Parts: sequence; C-alpha cells; structure tokens
Amino acid sequence: MTVAKPLPHDAALLHVTGQARYVDDIPAPVGTLHLAFGLSAVAHGRITGMDLDAVRAAPGVVAVLTAEDLPFANDVSPGAHDEPLLADGTVHYVGQPIFLVVAETHLAARKAARLGRITYEELPALLTIDQALAADSRFESGPRIWSRGDAAAAIAIAPRMIEGTMEIGGQEHFYLEGQAAFALPQENGDVVVQSSTQHPTEIQHKVAEALGLPMSGVRVEVRRMGGGFGGKESQGNALAVACAVAARATGRPCKMRYDRDDDMVITGKRHDFRISYRVGYDDQGRVQGIEFLHLVRCGWAMDLSLPVADRAMLHADNAYFLPHVRIESHRLRTNTQSATAFRGFGGPQGIVAVERVMDHIAHTLNRDPLEVRQANFYAPDGSQSTPYGMRVTDSIIGDLAARLAETSDYHARRRAVAEWNATNPVLKKGIALTPVKFGISFTLSHLNQAGALVHVYQDGSIHLNHGGTEMGQGLFQKVAQVAAAGFGVDISRVRISATDTGKVPNTSATAASSGSDLNGMAVKAAVDTIRQRLAEMLAQEHQCAPADVHFADDRVTVGGADYTFEEVIHRAYTQRISLSATGFYKTPDLSWDRIKGQGRPFFYFAYGAAVSEVVLDTLTGESRILRTDILHDVGASLNPALDIGQVEGGFVQGAGWLTTEELVWDDKGRLRTHAPSTYKIPACGDRPRVFNVALWDGPNRADTIYKSKAVGEPPFMHGISVLMALSDAVAACGPDYPALDGPATAERLLRAVRRQVGHEL
Amino acid sequence: MNITLRVNGESHDLDLDPRVSLLDALRHHLHLTGTKKGCDHGQCGACTVLLNGRRINACLTLACMHDGDDITTIEGIGADGLTPLQQAFIEHDGFQCGYCTPGQICSAVGMAEELRQGWPSHVTDDLTADPELTRDEIAERMSGNLCRCSCYPGIVNAIRQSLGEQA
Ligand code: FES
Ligand code: FES
Repeated sequence: MTVAKPLPHDAALLHVTGQARYVDDIPAPVGTLHLAFGLSAVAHGRITGMDLDAVRAAPGVVAVLTAEDLPFANDVSPGAHDEPLLADGTVHYVGQPIFLVVAETHLAARKAARLGRITYEELPALLTIDQALAADSRFESGPRIWSRGDAAAAIAIAPRMIEGTMEIGGQEHFYLEGQAAFALPQENGDVVVQSSTQHPTEIQHKVAEALGLPMSGVRVEVRRMGGGFGGKESQGNALAVACAVAARATGRPCKMRYDRDDDMVITGKRHDFRISYRVGYDDQGRVQGIEFLHLVRCGWAMDLSLPVADRAMLHADNAYFLPHVRIESHRLRTNTQSATAFRGFGGPQGIVAVERVMDHIAHTLNRDPLEVRQANFYAPDGSQSTPYGMRVTDSIIGDLAARLAETSDYHARRRAVAEWNATNPVLKKGIALTPVKFGISFTLSHLNQAGALVHVYQDGSIHLNHGGTEMGQGLFQKVAQVAAAGFGVDISRVRISATDTGKVPNTSATAASSGSDLNGMAVKAAVDTIRQRLAEMLAQEHQCAPADVHFADDRVTVGGADYTFEEVIHRAYTQRISLSATGFYKTPDLSWDRIKGQGRPFFYFAYGAAVSEVVLDTLTGESRILRTDILHDVGASLNPALDIGQVEGGFVQGAGWLTTEELVWDDKGRLRTHAPSTYKIPACGDRPRVFNVALWDGPNRADTIYKSKAVGEPPFMHGISVLMALSDAVAACGPDYPALDGPATAERLLRAVRRQVGHEL
Repeated sequence: MNITLRVNGESHDLDLDPRVSLLDALRHHLHLTGTKKGCDHGQCGACTVLLNGRRINACLTLACMHDGDDITTIEGIGADGLTPLQQAFIEHDGFQCGYCTPGQICSAVGMAEELRQGWPSHVTDDLTADPELTRDEIAERMSGNLCRCSCYPGIVNAIRQSLGEQA
C-alpha cells in the first residue's frame, strides 16, 4: 500500500530548483498583451464622466474597454449576478474596476490605467457595521435566525449570566502568488484559459457567459497556485474574464496579473464580524442558555457571504453542547471590498466567539478555563446534538484535550505561569488550551461531488486527472498515493497532470477542506473500475474469482502465476480491454435546510486542540509565542508529513489573523494596509519558540478515503489558543476580564493592559 | 541602454530601458522565471537572488546598475545535482505552494555566507564571537523571506540541517 506514507510534495524537485511553473511563468507566445484595470477612487458614486483619451494615447496601449464594450454578460459574481466586471454607471467601493487597459507590456498597461479621468457624483458610503445596520443595508431580507429550545428563558433562570461583545477583524489572504490569468484564443472563437484558481469550472462558466459561448467552448487549466486559502475561489473570475474578453477583442493572447497593491485593494478578504453574546450558566460554568448576535460585514457584493455567514452560525457551538441556543446573523452590505472565502469560511469567527464565552465564564468563576471548556464538551456517547439538530456521534474532543493537557504539561505550566506573574511586574505570561470541532462538507449539499479520469498506458504508466486543484496543500500527492495504492504500484508510475475542465467536467471548488475526501474517492472509483477489468481478465484465464487476483509491489499475482504490472497491462491492451475510466463520488447522508437551520450538513467532524503559552511586555504591548503544542485529528493520515505541514501552517496563519494582521480602512473607505509594509503577516521569527505538533491516532469513523480526515481548514482555529493566552496574560495585570478583540495587536494589548491598571489610553 | 549581465555563469548582452528592475530583466528578458515576484516592493523576499555572492531583492534594484555583475538565481543553484540545502528543503517539507521557495533557498545560501564571515545579527548576543546557528539566529536572518503557507518550521529545520552538516 502506498497510502499513509510521509512522501514529499509531488512537485518537490521542481520547487527547490525553481522550475515549478505558475501562471505568470508559462512562456507567453509572441504578441501576448497585458492587462490592467482602472479603479474607482470613491467608495460609492455615480459615474458622471469618463475621459479615457489619455489612456488610449498612452504608449503601448492597444485597446481600452469599458462596460459598454463588453459583448455579452458583464458579470463575474459566483452566482448572484451582482458583480459587474467593469462598473456599469455606479461604483460601490474604492478599488472597483471601471475600465480595462490592454497594452503591449504589463508596465504600459498599469501606467496607462492611472491616466483615466473619471468624475463621480459621490453618494453616501456605508463603511462600517454600524452604518450598514442603521441604513438596513443587507443581503437577504432580514437576519437569519436559528434556535433550539428557549435561550432567553434558560438564561433568565440560570444561576449566573454574563454578556459581552467581540470585534473580529478580517484578513488578507496574501497568497504569495498574486491573482493571475492568461487566455489563448483558439479557432472558431473558443478559448483556453490558464488561471490561478481554486475553481476552474467557475472560471469556465464565467468566461463562457462573457463570450457568449457554451461552456464546451472554454477550457480552463490549472497546474498549481502559489497559495489560495480561499482567496482564489471566486476572486480570479475578473482576471480570467478580462483576459478572455480582451483576447476576443484583439485576437491576441492576453495575460493579467494584479500587482500586490492592486490585489489587496481590489479583491475580497475574510469577513470581519462583531459578535455579541448573552449566556446563562451554572457554578461549574456549564452553559444553560446562550444567545449570539452575528453582525457580518460582507462588502459590496454578495459573493460567498451567505454560506460564509451560515458556516459561522454552524460553528457557534464549536466543541460545546449548548442546550438552549439562539443565533441571529445579519449579512450587511457595505461599500468595501466584497468579503470572500478564507480558510475556515466563517467557521473561525463563529468559533472564536464561543471560545471567548468560555474564557469569560471561567474568569467570572475564577476557574481554569480548561475546566469550564471540559464541562461543556460534547459527550463522547453521541447523545447530544448540535444547535442545528445534527447528532455528534464522533466526538473525541474530551479524550483528545485531556491527552494534550497531559503531553503539554498544561497544569504544571499553568501553575508556573501564575508564579511567574506573581513575581514579575513587567513581563506577564499567559497560557490557554482551545479545542476545535470543524464540520466537513460543503454546506451547499450538491457541491459535495467529484470526478476523476484515470488512464493506464500500454507501458504501464498511469495518467491521473481529477477536479481538485493544487495550491500547496499536497492534494496531488495524496491523490496519487490513492491511485498507486489501488493498483499496487509504486507512486513513480503515476503522473499527475494539471487540472483541466476538458478532462473532468463540472467540478466543485477545491475548498471546504474537501479536496482529498472528494477527489481521493473519485480517483479510487476510477482505479477500482480498471483494476476490476484486469482482475476479471486474469480470473477468466486462471479459472478463479476476480477477488483472488492480487495487486501489490508492482506485480499481479493470481493462482500460482506472478506477472509484472506491465505484462498485465500489455495483455489487457491486446485483449482489447479498456484501460481508461472515469470515477465519480458524492458524499452520502447529507441533508440541510439552511433557512430553518436544521439537518445534517456535515459528513463528519474533525477535531483538535492547541495549547499556547505567550509572554507579553506590559510596557509596549509586544508579545511572543513561547510554546505551542497541538494535537490534531486527521483520522488515519494519508500522508503524515503533508498533514503536519497543514497543521503547522494553519496554526501560524490563524495566529496571524488574531495578532498582527490588521486591516485598516480610512473614513473614505480606502484600504490603508495594502502592502506587506503595512499589513503584517507572520514571518519566520513569529512562529512559536517551541512548537510540537502531533497527530491523533484514531481513524475516521465515517467511511472516507482510507479513513482519513480533511485537514485544510480545521487547524486554522488552533491560532485561537494564542488570543486566549494573550487574554490570560492581560488578565494577570488587573481585576477585570480583558475582553480582547481580534486582532490583538500590540496597540490593542497595550490599551487592554492600561485599562487593567486603571488608565484609559 | 546596453548592459552585460552574468547570470548563472553565462553572459547576456541586454538592451534595456534603464527603469527595468533586475527582477523583470531576469523574468521577462532572460525568461528565468524561477525568481518570483511576490510584492515588487522589497517586502516579501520571493525575488531574492545572489549578486556577487550577496543576497538582494531583485525587485529593488535596477538591472542597469549591474553591468558586469555576477548574478546567481535559483536556476543556477544545484544545476548539476541538488545541493544539500535543496535536499534538506525536500526532506523537511520546507514548502507547500512553493512560491517562496526559490527566494528562501537563495536567501539561505546568502545567509550561510554571512554567517561564515561572522556577521552578527540583531539577536546575536556576543558581537565578537562567531554567531551560532540557533533557531533564533536563523529566524532573524531569514525574516525578510515571507512564507504565507507558514512552512517556517520546515524551512528552519532544513537550513539548520544543511548548514550544520557543512560546519
Ligand atoms: S518581490 Fe521582491 S521582495 Fe517581494
Ligand atoms: S510555500 Fe507557499 S509561500 Fe512559502
């Protein structure tokens, strides 16, 4: 078996030698044109005049397109048809594309784009949650409300009650490779598009709409992305469509790549939230009733905001049984970038709020927050269900957290932190253990499908294609391991090719952590089909059952005979047996009513827990992560090396979200943090000084590919342990509950410390 | 203007606009796309190359300033067989998406040389002794190379292993 091996990434050799190609590295044919958008300078306004003469006259400019020049659909939204490629009369945020420059070089296009003279009649802009709420500016007619039992009554009779509010900032994806696309016109008006996207089928769909073609006239190819994190689920549509339209208009290949500042200004980010809570609990800290109010800043277009906000509601419980619960969610429309998917897809925001609640409860009871968390964990016996009525039958959180507390020496270290804090006035330490339970599946149930195409060639080499895209998560390697295991051959036989809408159609985005779950199963189905044909052929020859034919170690054995894999393949070929098959998979047992908030939206849950210890300089607000221990559940790992990489990377990215990554808009709606100089993602020195990551050793109870579990998103939530540890450190400075908001930047921490010692800052 | 760049041991005569960055000269004119553009502002390190043995951000310097200079890009490292550093990056999973990797590797090569020459860093305690190869030293010296996939543990381990073996 080739599954469950710590093999390196499929393109490892290409990466370390610089030969791995990303969209902008693909050799462009002579005559390729380059594109840039002219952007809105105001947050909300009617366009009263557009003088593009200087743009057209600029050196190197071949064409300038506006909304009127678009031949067919002017829409790059993933569904709501509310997101024009080029503004059609009104602009809705600073950075919205208004016109498209097509030029001989990238630089010429960018320079010319600056020369547009647009005049606007400015309209009132809604930038903040409060402004949008006051103006009742929202998606959907009113808030979504899901509830179970009677939260208000349970809170009223509970022995204790607290309430609070938490601001949770957004997050820029900062995929190191910016958005990019390349369109190559074909005969008969068809087009081939290379795109840095997590969702090739969506690109195909939008390009077809924009060119008035059937989807069959558009082929989209994705070899790899230099990071995606959700930011390339829908945000690549604009570039691909722009390239296709410009290629149609000029008859030449067209390429577009956002420069970093443009990328940050134009594209959507993680949704920022304000979450208020009211909770009634007993003296052990057990929740009796709880109410959450989610206020979600969605930006100007709908994009994926509804499922993101839904997922936040779906994770309002995290790993805790909430007997009486009410969650109200407002999806607010503002004049800012259209917030989009980002690793966790709303889940982290939902989870961080309930973690805040646990922390807050513990503070009022003067108890170890871990005890309070443990008092509320879902029971392992499957007797409890989530607020949306799904029974939690696979909970291992109690055992997992207990094991982590032990291996990380949590209790002794907590005492040591308290001793340290008692004697050190300036540097304060904090420690926290936070759990995660994350639901796996797309909540739009029909997306939970995948296809694959497997060919075995006459020489025994295997060509593999599936609908998932590679963005560094190691999906291709995992799926190749599945194929190799199925045929009982060495992985070197399996060639992984670029994701291609011409090979596997109608794919879902590589998102929701579902890449290996869905595509692994589809590949397995295809491999099983071919293997069955081979087995039947040999079984017939040897007068035995197909099940008696064994595939292992690059050989096939049946009865007493022993063949090389090549021999069997060659035989099958000469006997005219098809050596190509498609595979298909759909996740079973899903049913979900998002309006009622009832059903079984997830196939299973992935679990994990993290302990972080931090030190805080109370004079400057600066902090460091001293040590982090993570125990994470990936079921029976398909590839422990890749999984540990995902866990480490997810944690660091999650910690970045809640500490240094701060997005700042000014009162005109301009994003002021639009470059790495002002927006700080974690660097090498920001990782924990001591960092221990281990994988939980139980298989998935659900029937997934080799009993593994999805790993892309769940570890992101381990970053919450850092915020809670910082809260613990601030709590050591004074009597009050710190109520830290995210991100806990040095400024925020300093302010929190000053509040604790009685100074407002 | 006309300049000659020696890239990975090969001389190239180029006629370039004086405003072309070294990064664009490499990527667009010499089609050496291993060097990546992450920010074009000197803030991410994806474009790190070696200029006469010293690491620099190729996006922050103009090609025409380097007439006659010797430049090594990722394509010139391990061209005849992987170096121990490259091996170690594979062994320790020093990447996910790989976009930062060429810059990380060039930067690590430059850093190794700085260490050999005894240059202290911000976190070096003793400015007169040779700096030690601690995690903090590596992290500090590699802080100009961002990795959004956050493969920092793997990157540090890879560098430590390969430099440790050479020491
Ligand atoms: S591209 Fe040069 S430092 Fe980012
Ligand atoms: S591996 Fe993706 S940015 Fe470093």
